[in-house]
Amino acid sequence: MYNDKNSKKIVETIQNWARSHSIWVLAYGTGCGAIEISPTMTSRYDAERLGFRGAATPRQADVMLITGYLTVKTVKRVVRVYEQMQSPKYVVGFGSCTINGGMYYDSYNTINLLDRYLPVDVYINGCMPRPEAVLAGLSKLQQIIREGNANGAEKYLENLAWYKENQRKIAPNWIAKAPDLNW
Amino acid sequence: MEYILIKVLEAMATFVLAFIVGMTYGGVVRKITGRVHNRLGPPWYQNFIDAFKLFSKTRGIHHGAMHFLGAAFLMVTSVVSLMIIPILAPGGHAWYNSWFTNLNFNGDLIFLIYIMTFGPLGMAMGAGQTGNPNSSIGVTRGLSQMVGFEIPWVMALVALMITYKTTSIVDFMNIQRETGTWLMFANPFAFIAAVLAMLGMFRYSPFDIVGAPTELASGPVSENGGKFLFTMMSSGSVFTFAKLVLYVDLFMGGANNLIMLVVKTFLLYMIPVLYGIVSPRYRTEQAVRWFWGWPTFIGLLAILYAVMF
Repeated sequence: MYNDKNSKKIVETIQNWARSHSIWVLAYGTGCGAIEISPTMTSRYDAERLGFRGAATPRQADVMLITGYLTVKTVKRVVRVYEQMQSPKYVVGFGSCTINGGMYYDSYNTINLLDRYLPVDVYINGCMPRPEAVLAGLSKLQQIIREGNANGAEKYLENLAWYKENQRKIAPNWIAKAPDLNW
Repeated sequence: MEYILIKVLEAMATFVLAFIVGMTYGGVVRKITGRVHNRLGPPWYQNFIDAFKLFSKTRGIHHGAMHFLGAAFLMVTSVVSLMIIPILAPGGHAWYNSWFTNLNFNGDLIFLIYIMTFGPLGMAMGAGQTGNPNSSIGVTRGLSQMVGFEIPWVMALVALMITYKTTSIVDFMNIQRETGTWLMFANPFAFIAAVLAMLGMFRYSPFDIVGAPTELASGPVSENGGKFLFTMMSSGSVFTFAKLVLYVDLFMGGANNLIMLVVKTFLLYMIPVLYGIVSPRYRTEQAVRWFWGWPTFIGLLAILYAVMF
């Protein structure tokens, strides 16, 4: 009775509802996008009324917000932080830089497409996206969590070899020494 | 056998009550904080959703056996202090008044002073194992702050013990019912010292030096996610409720029914919360110096008042 398919589905639905209404955000302020987080959280737009809240450490966080360009150096830290987070976990790419490099598309030390290194659930377009766009993107994330489609963490584990290969290409020395998924 | 079963049921009812009230207070505090910031704030039941989400995390990293003890000690502390503190005043007329008395005994106040420091000590062990430097700094700060506020707090309790020659919380409630005066009026200095100590005990600003959100990344709990954090969050809520009930029992005559209990504890809870919302954060040495200043002096006055009158 407890383990049949329908009971599991009901539990899953309730859990997904709770996950979508309690999202603790780890804002990884790598680029200029971090400046848009403050108005999103404070009195004008107040993301907390929708259940969003800042998380202090990766262990407590549900969503990693990559706000802007990622240099080769920061990718290492971002991957480490992502692997420290406890699943289910989600990644939101914020701004054009995470989609195609944005204004840094031909820079020698930034990556162009975040999805090659981490499984991104939602992209928010713009340079910079205004708080309205951020809230729209986050509510899109809520929607796919509720539908049960936000399975980035499983995708990362399934395609670990591919992701690790891409990471190793840009940071050859670091990844070789780092332990896999066991921080 | 039946007697024991009923006792167990009563204890469970107490715990459920404390959990629900404590978590609701947490949500209401977030709402009030939001309103003070001119925001809408989260709904009052946000803490329940957060707790359920944390509980349904599928992965939880641990750093060794001692790491579990942090969460376990916190849980033990909150549950034991809840069981020791009588929730409702004896002699009420409602059918549930005989529930919620649980384990209190004659020396419970002395036992409580000990058990209330037990959780932070367990947390210190657990945080030590995680190896996170923020955790160690948070623990050091937490124990320093505890040394600070324990002195006025114990002085206030000793003043009450000297005056009425008892260490039983039920006796204090009976004394207040018989004389008709709350102890906050009978020995006002003790009440003031205890309330000032309470500011540190609840760890809202300016005494949130342990968690220190942007400074220490939540301090001792920084390596705990998922179910660890759920345990800490729920035992924190239960402990908050237990401490508030203790204050109400000692200084405000206890409560005869659940509605009075909620009203009194909520009013008392608003003191550290509202003081905290509009305050910045102290540094550790400033906090300790603050507690060893006026609160300790008022505690001394309380003891003198108890000895002389």
